Amino acid sequence: MSEELVFHFDVDGEDFTSAGQASVQIKKILRRLGLSPEIIRRVSIAMYEGEINMVIHAGGGVADVRVFEDYIELVLKDKGPGISDINKAMQEGYSTATDTIRSLGFGAGMGLPNMKRYSDTMEINSVVGEGTEIKMRVNIR
Amino acid sequence: MTVKELCKTCDFEVCCMPFPEREVKGAYIGDLLSWVMGRANEDNAWITIMSNVNVVAVATLVDTACVILAEGVKLEQDIIDVAKEKGVNILYSILPSFETAVKISGKVL
Ligand SMILES: Nc1ncnc2c1ncn2[C@@H]1O[C@H](COP(=O)(O)OP(=O)(O)OP(=O)(O)O)[C@@H](O)[C@H]1O
Ligand SMILES: [Mg+2]
Repeated sequence: MSEELVFHFDVDGEDFTSAGQASVQIKKILRRLGLSPEIIRRVSIAMYEGEINMVIHAGGGVADVRVFEDYIELVLKDKGPGISDINKAMQEGYSTATDTIRSLGFGAGMGLPNMKRYSDTMEINSVVGEGTEIKMRVNIR
Repeated sequence: MTVKELCKTCDFEVCCMPFPEREVKGAYIGDLLSWVMGRANEDNAWITIMSNVNVVAVATLVDTACVILAEGVKLEQDIIDVAKEKGVNILYSILPSFETAVKISGKVL
């Protein structure tokens, strides 16, 4: 437990044209740690979708990545509007993204389903008006 | 086939090619970034008409061999600079996405 590596990122909510920096950063770190391409891919995709969601739906937030011996844990926290119907939000194709955001290529409603698909466990805690916390785990072995 | 060879045989234009010798395997066409994130594979050529900087982030994370911007779409210089810095190969095609795909078909699989 004491051996885990911890990485913290502040995800800026202002600039959604250059979002994704934390994910790119994490990808580099995991590569340096020598993890398999498959694990790196899964973690960075899950992280990217979570990061982008915080930027476009919640005005930014924080991301913490912990690398344990057996798994990688991603925790994304924001103080945005929260998600009122999580089951609906999890459906492929469901999106509340605005036209401006859609014109940038987001808003397919595939982000949360991707996060679910690429992580081994995923937990969403969201309170409307307070914010959202998403915890994901990707098993290394 | 490498990105450089693909560019040459298909008459694409180089936007930036920091890794010309990278091998291209398969392709994915899409403009909705979450679809590309979820479905495109490593070493693919990614054909898109999206031209904002998020394309560079997605290409980096998916680890595509190259991005091919179809329909004559061009990138702003500041985005090209980011792509170079991140080591993302980007080619320009004047053809629409389908014709671009037809052109590379048989060469990247
Ligand atoms: N952190 C968040 N805070 C508030 N609402 C969120 C958050 N993340 C997701 N949502 C809500 O859940 C919906 C579905 O999210 P999802 O990531 O699947 O799709 P999207 O972000 O709209 O589009 P895509 O991810 O395909 O670009 C969003 O449209 C939004 O309404
Ligand atoms: Mg999303």
